[in-house]
Amino acid sequence: MNVAVLLKQTPDTESVIRIASDGKSIVTDDLKWIVNPYDEFAVEAALRLKEKHGGSVTIISWGPQRVVESIRTALAMGADTGVLIDDPALERSDSLGVATALAAAVKELNPDIVLCGSRAVDYDMAQRGPMVAEFLGWPHLALAVSVDSDGKSVTIDRPIEGGKVVLESSLPAVVTFGGSHAVWNPRYASLPGIMKAKKKPLAVKKLADLGVDAAVVGAAKVRVTSMEMPLQRAAGKLVDGGLDTAGKAVELVRALHQEAKVI
Amino acid sequence: MGKCVCIIAEFRHGAFRRVTYEVASEGKRLADALGVGLCAVAVGSGVADKAAELGRYAVDKVFAVDDPALENYLAESYVPLVADVLAGCDPAAVVMSASVDGKDFAARLSARLKAGLAQDCTQVVCENGKIKAKRPVFAGKCYGWCEWAEGALPVISCRPNVMDCLAPMEDKKAEVEKVQVSIPQTRSCVKSLDLDTSGKVELTEAEIIVSGGRGMKGPENYAMLEELAKVLGAAVGASRAAVDSGWRPHADQVGQTGKVVNPNLYIAVGISGAIQHLAGMGSSKFIVAVNKDSEAPIFSKADYGVVEDLFNFVPAFTEEIRKLKSSCS
Repeated sequence: MNVAVLLKQTPDTESVIRIASDGKSIVTDDLKWIVNPYDEFAVEAALRLKEKHGGSVTIISWGPQRVVESIRTALAMGADTGVLIDDPALERSDSLGVATALAAAVKELNPDIVLCGSRAVDYDMAQRGPMVAEFLGWPHLALAVSVDSDGKSVTIDRPIEGGKVVLESSLPAVVTFGGSHAVWNPRYASLPGIMKAKKKPLAVKKLADLGVDAAVVGAAKVRVTSMEMPLQRAAGKLVDGGLDTAGKAVELVRALHQEAKVI
Repeated sequence: MGKCVCIIAEFRHGAFRRVTYEVASEGKRLADALGVGLCAVAVGSGVADKAAELGRYAVDKVFAVDDPALENYLAESYVPLVADVLAGCDPAAVVMSASVDGKDFAARLSARLKAGLAQDCTQVVCENGKIKAKRPVFAGKCYGWCEWAEGALPVISCRPNVMDCLAPMEDKKAEVEKVQVSIPQTRSCVKSLDLDTSGKVELTEAEIIVSGGRGMKGPENYAMLEELAKVLGAAVGASRAAVDSGWRPHADQVGQTGKVVNPNLYIAVGISGAIQHLAGMGSSKFIVAVNKDSEAPIFSKADYGVVEDLFNFVPAFTEEIRKLKSSCS
């Protein structure tokens, strides 16, 4: 089974985010970059499918040269090859443009299944997977917390509000990943894995190499025109006043009921 | 400009989900600002009979796509059906919910329409006929305002629990047009649907959340939070530390990885307040923190802080709430 994983590099979730002087992007100078956690879950699932069915795992990513490091991380986990789409048009693009480029890269590879995170922890667009599936004309199964395949079809568990659905599709298909670290427990790259990853093939492509018109991809339909920080919360207060435990409980209930009026 | 604002209703198991009324309300405000009417597309089995009730939330006309084969949401069938209806009604904007299914649907629909999508919006404004939408990014560490290119169709999904609901107009009914369609052949299907009938409140839709972290010390101690949640009618959440330790199911995880929540009241118990957790609950309207470490970062976000051993405080607090509830009833 040949698997393609669409992987995005994002700032670490422990990063402090600051708005840049242009007012519509973030300061990236001092950020630590990681593999988007939901895409890391997809890499883990891809490696498990490969262990069961054989075949290969290809990582497809996009962005500037710093993204190579994240692709190498996935290769060190056990993926076989990488493709980086590095094109200035993508910087001006929106999810639709990114998905257009990714779908073209997938078509070149012609995998049996495409896996990716249900969202990225940076801009939380939650668009990439379903959009790529639509452009490929494939079904997609979204927000998987489990995935299983017999080589011909794929089945996932999908949590929804107030329950769970089991979805199935014949292949080829796109699956997007939800869950958490506790669900997927993505493997760490071993030292031999890291050494091997340095020699694994990693192709860098422009949009033109994929037969995609950079002018179309760069012409975003929707874009962020300004950013703002959340309103600062007014300083909170400690429920104290020399009260004992029971006294604090009484005071907190009073405050929530009478002042905040939330209970 | 298009002829209407069109919302996509979310109809599940015989009823519209509450978030659909929030979406209709926001759609109405946008339609008024643009000076156009408000339409809805509603897909589902049995939806045509219920569609007129969307009039209570200011919908003028509903296009109902009703077929027994559409009982369960499936992107592969719902998206082409809705796209065909939209092609016929020339919308100025398309608005839907950013529920679990809504986000999934919105993304695939936007690809099909080649439209720009702003997902999970918390505010939509219209200035001189130009639509702008605000959405949290980095799980709410900051916000981005989205604008659309000239001539591009704005597709907007609204975060549940945020948009103000109109007061229902009890006697108003929407006009319903039943759309004749052929159901698309799909390769994907719903194998089974398992609804939780325990009455547990869903985190993303809860008005009150009681959340526990590493300070809970073990899975057995969550019974205390379950009890507090029961008295409050709240949902129970957990920090990543608690979920990673295997104490709580992953569906309960609140944070940048996990669920982003915005209840009226968030009670953080034994949670120190890692930055990725703060991102997931920071937009809660009112925050209470209980922690024995007075230096815990969670106190910087809390409206009320209690520096106490949670194992002493939570039972006392639960008892006081119980007294309050019985005196009110």
